[in-house]
Amino acid sequence: MARSLPSLAASVQQSQRRRSVRQIQEKVIESILFLAAFSCVAVTIAIMVILGVESFGLFQQVSIGEFLTGIEWAPLFEPPKYGVLPLITGTLTTTLVALSVAIPLGTTIALFLSEFASATVREWTKPILELLAGIPTVVYGYFALLFITPLLQALLPDLGGFNMLSAGMVMGIMITPLISSISEDALRSVPAELREGSYATGATRLQTAYKVVFPAALSGVSSSYILGISRAVGETMIVAIAAGLQPTLTFNPLDSAATMTAYIVQVSLGDLPHGTTGYQTIFAVGLTLVLITLVFNIIGHFLSKRYRERY
Amino acid sequence: MLETILQTTPLHPKVEAANLNFYYGNTHALKNINLILPDKQITALIGPSGCGKTTLLRCFNRMHDLYSGNRYEGEIILDGSVNILSRRLDPIEVRMRVGMVFQRPNPFPKSIFENVAYGLRVRGEKNRTTIADKVEKALRDAALWDEVKDRLQDMAFNLSGGQQQRLCIARALATDPELILFDEPTSALDPIATANVEDLMTQLKQQVTILIVTHSMQQAARLSDYTAFMYLGELVEHDRTEVIFNDPLNKQTRDYISGRFG
Repeated sequence: MARSLPSLAASVQQSQRRRSVRQIQEKVIESILFLAAFSCVAVTIAIMVILGVESFGLFQQVSIGEFLTGIEWAPLFEPPKYGVLPLITGTLTTTLVALSVAIPLGTTIALFLSEFASATVREWTKPILELLAGIPTVVYGYFALLFITPLLQALLPDLGGFNMLSAGMVMGIMITPLISSISEDALRSVPAELREGSYATGATRLQTAYKVVFPAALSGVSSSYILGISRAVGETMIVAIAAGLQPTLTFNPLDSAATMTAYIVQVSLGDLPHGTTGYQTIFAVGLTLVLITLVFNIIGHFLSKRYRERY
Repeated sequence: MLETILQTTPLHPKVEAANLNFYYGNTHALKNINLILPDKQITALIGPSGCGKTTLLRCFNRMHDLYSGNRYEGEIILDGSVNILSRRLDPIEVRMRVGMVFQRPNPFPKSIFENVAYGLRVRGEKNRTTIADKVEKALRDAALWDEVKDRLQDMAFNLSGGQQQRLCIARALATDPELILFDEPTSALDPIATANVEDLMTQLKQQVTILIVTHSMQQAARLSDYTAFMYLGELVEHDRTEVIFNDPLNKQTRDYISGRFG
């Protein structure tokens, strides 16, 4: 007893020391993790602040009403025109063309890979699709300008060298792997019980795929569409190369028109002096672009909540 | 033994498995099974985990065809004429006549009505009145109609677990199957829901032949007319339920029934 008592006290002391070392370790790791998460948020906030501050400079000279409703965009000409609508219609038109290619194509590929393809076919197809996603967009841009446009001109002789149709279609091909791979993940995570339940009633593969598996995966599939939209809205190189750089208020995909991103890249490549109105327009357009993407992301968030997976 | 059953019971055999062997790849999962399911009777499959009960059940609607590497040998004759396992027979044809209810309720992400109508729509039924009538009848037969008649357009997920399982039974009933396979249908349900489903199955045997896999020997004893005991992929003993539970011939059966293993 006499010997064991001090040793007990020592061991209590030792374990307390060990505990406090562990607590410090925990704290350090915790703060490293927090910093990692915080840096992302901080960068986002910094971007928003800079966009906001620079745009604010523009909106002291140009009213927000004029910016949002003006139908002519010519900030570098005399007299300058600050209506952002032509850039928005350009962005929306190329995005719509891209989606009308990418959504049917991407969904079909996803359904095929998850419900019909054998394991071997899937193993071969997926890397090829991933390759498609890895091609630099500048390559896609020249592919649109020098291959797709001449091809389309053979069908539509009046089509100009720069047009939104060709750029949009190629952009659609570019975002197809994004949509197909996210949708495929969503389709494949539908539990086997649900598929078996459908087969057990006498359904065919096709009926099972589009009547049971697809609706069950709708949340994941629709979020892939939203990501596709955001990607298309923000895409720059393809539209800058193949859709033209002339801001035009039109929804006709056969026309040439500049998108918001194409305008930004065009102007920021020039040598606009810091602090001029022209310089500030880049930030105002950038802010508009971010806000549009934000709206789509919020819609996507609600869609995936509305159709959240419940098996 | 089988012969004696057939002699003592004037019942018409609805389904007859003869020399049935089944392989998962190289694993010989079912060994030379001979089993008769009498018409409009409940047959229970019992046995310890991994004995092949569910594997056997899933042969009756060719569920194993969904996954590659599975192989059947022997035959399962439906109504004395059709071999369910014939390679020339499309498994969809089989599933048109044999319904199935799963271990966990698996309603589709659709309304209550559309869940029950699913089998009819899959068969190309377009007439709205026919569909509505058959859905109502199936829901009534599944003892669910009174609980859901005012909210047929609600999502099926909003039902309780027991209601979902009765919905799945209604889904199987809507297409007038001749045989329904139940794969441990109450293992995910609470005692009250279990009692409801069991009552329902007893009712259903007036219209349909039933094969049920169960882990609960009490359930087999309560529900079934015939019981088959399986062990390590073999059918050890098959007889009237009271014989299996009171006076089994086989020692393994007796040990399992008395809870000595499994």
